[in-house]
Amino acid sequence: MGRQIYEAVVDGVLVGGVYGLMAVGLTLIFGVLDIINIAQGILVILGAYLSYALSVHLHIDLFLGLLITVPAMFVIGVAIYWAFMRPLRGRERTSMSLLASYAVAIILEGILYWIFSPDYVQLNAWYVTASVRVFGFYLPYIYLFGFVLALVLVLVLYLILYRTRFGRSIRATMQDQTASRLIGIDVNRVAAVTFGIGVAVTAVGGMVYGATSGGFNPNSGYDLISRLLAIIILGGLGSIGGALAAAVFMITLESVVSIWSPNWAIVVFYAALVLVLTIRPSGLFGRREVRLQ
Amino acid sequence: MTPASMMKGPDSLARPGRLQAATAWRAGGALALLAAIAVFPLIFTNALVTTIAVDTLIFVAAAAAWNIFSGYSGYISLGHAVFFGCGAYTVGIGARDWQVNGTAVFALIPLAGLVAVAVAVPFGLVALRVRRHTFVVVTIAVFFIFQLMAFNFSFTGGTTGVAAPFLVWNPSTYNDPFYYLALAIGVATIGLSWLIRGSRFGLQLRAIRDDEDRARGLGVRTMRVKLAAFMISAFVTGLLGGLWFYFITQVLPQSGFDPAFDLSVALMAFLGGLGTVSGPVLGALVLVPAQQYLTEQFTNDYLSQIVLGTLFLGVILLLPRGVIPTGSEKITSWRARRTGQAAAGQDAAGQAAAVIGPDAAASGPAAAPPGEPGAAAGPAGKESAR
Repeated sequence: MGRQIYEAVVDGVLVGGVYGLMAVGLTLIFGVLDIINIAQGILVILGAYLSYALSVHLHIDLFLGLLITVPAMFVIGVAIYWAFMRPLRGRERTSMSLLASYAVAIILEGILYWIFSPDYVQLNAWYVTASVRVFGFYLPYIYLFGFVLALVLVLVLYLILYRTRFGRSIRATMQDQTASRLIGIDVNRVAAVTFGIGVAVTAVGGMVYGATSGGFNPNSGYDLISRLLAIIILGGLGSIGGALAAAVFMITLESVVSIWSPNWAIVVFYAALVLVLTIRPSGLFGRREVRLQ
Repeated sequence: MTPASMMKGPDSLARPGRLQAATAWRAGGALALLAAIAVFPLIFTNALVTTIAVDTLIFVAAAAAWNIFSGYSGYISLGHAVFFGCGAYTVGIGARDWQVNGTAVFALIPLAGLVAVAVAVPFGLVALRVRRHTFVVVTIAVFFIFQLMAFNFSFTGGTTGVAAPFLVWNPSTYNDPFYYLALAIGVATIGLSWLIRGSRFGLQLRAIRDDEDRARGLGVRTMRVKLAAFMISAFVTGLLGGLWFYFITQVLPQSGFDPAFDLSVALMAFLGGLGTVSGPVLGALVLVPAQQYLTEQFTNDYLSQIVLGTLFLGVILLLPRGVIPTGSEKITSWRARRTGQAAAGQDAAGQAAAVIGPDAAASGPAAAPPGEPGAAAGPAGKESAR
């Protein structure tokens, strides 16, 4: 029993790190733009399918393929922002952006179904099938590689945010859009690039998800987005550290509970969210919501 | 003649009359529409058509019920399928365990509404503590909890769901009772929505939407008001779930607790105009048949999904506030412009009218003093978005 829990915790932490990366993208977009990108789930699946197409048709290694898919997803993100998010104005902007991004998700889902059919596929490579003995039990290499890559990318994001001039303008925009505009920050450009970065991480998340989830199809996007939403709310909207911590916590919790009952594990996942929010409405690391308007 | 109409210059004498006429037109139009809807199944007897019609009416009522809570209070709920599914399962489990058969099953439908209310109280007490995005996500989370419970508990029948008792009815008129029941619920909900909108309760809800903290400061018991609206909305949605279950004759976890239900209802309200009485109704009347038509037209399901999503995006980008508010604003500004042009040729008083004209259009006719006939009679669809 103790051994099983130990395995579940290691597994949860490793997978949680990858979820953390995807959630950081989502929470970053929220922090800067005040938009919750419902399409994030299906974008992860799009990233997974891009990796799939590259590896099956062009025989490009999954990790090498990221050099193509990450910039591609960045461009897609910027395009979605310019075409559908930027024109939204006015008081209902927040709820409209939820709906607009949901519409984008529906369209993308339809396109993916059309191209790839609803059949489940899985990403394959030697490191997906081969296992390595770590922490006393066997685990496919991809779990380790994916976790390390996610960690590195979160670090890179952190450095961009806290050590570069552009990162400073992102943080300034997160704090106060009007003031940033006044001191000469091009808020529109910051918003577009942030949206791009937030979407670009889904290429990595999608690749790891596609290799570790044991098969995915366009419908998997719903499963992903509902988890990611729960994670960023639990961590506190707009809090990057919170998103990471919540991702690891939630996925580990789910992984541990699924020792007893895989069916109820996901219920515990959402119940934990509801429970935390009744005690702390702003999430674990969220700032207390200031008065709006 | 009210002072306000005197201020508006030479044109003012015609104005109250025109408003009255507009109200009469609107009431007449609504009655004619209702009459047309009432005789609809007598003319179109094709089962395929009436099935779509029943679906449409269920969504008309569901969108109106959703709007009573989300439209008026500004709390966008994406968890109303919880109430729909609970209603469906209540009727299903009740009929199964108590061996209710035939038309007696309809007697269980009010119970479906009550169960939905019983669910709405704890759901609301938790979810209504948080606002905006967080509220939306909490409703989604609760929705998933319910769907997963329906999958995992044994009394819900797990993945096989619950089947309804068989109805030995004439197939040619099978849909009619469902049609009229859905119509009755729909009309009652729209009437309720209209009453609430004009009431003190409705005003409190809209005050919460505009500025919750200030509303509380002014003495609105915000939690109580929000929860009451949530419960009313849940009751109607639960009834519809029960009705829908007997119509479809089966409920599965993924069809009773369907994420598409949440989004369709929200989309209908947004398309027609959030927070207006007629907007969600219009949205449902347009969207449900359109969706069915698209599925029929494109044998490729995915293509119809893409087209639907594109339409959805188009509406959001082009008519961000919905058809009814945007449309009524266009009409009033067109009227004001016409009034302005007519007055411009006259004396200085006419000039003043032209200046006041667009101003009056901006605040909408609903802002007219209550003394003016027509203004108090029907705020439906007349008021611009806020």
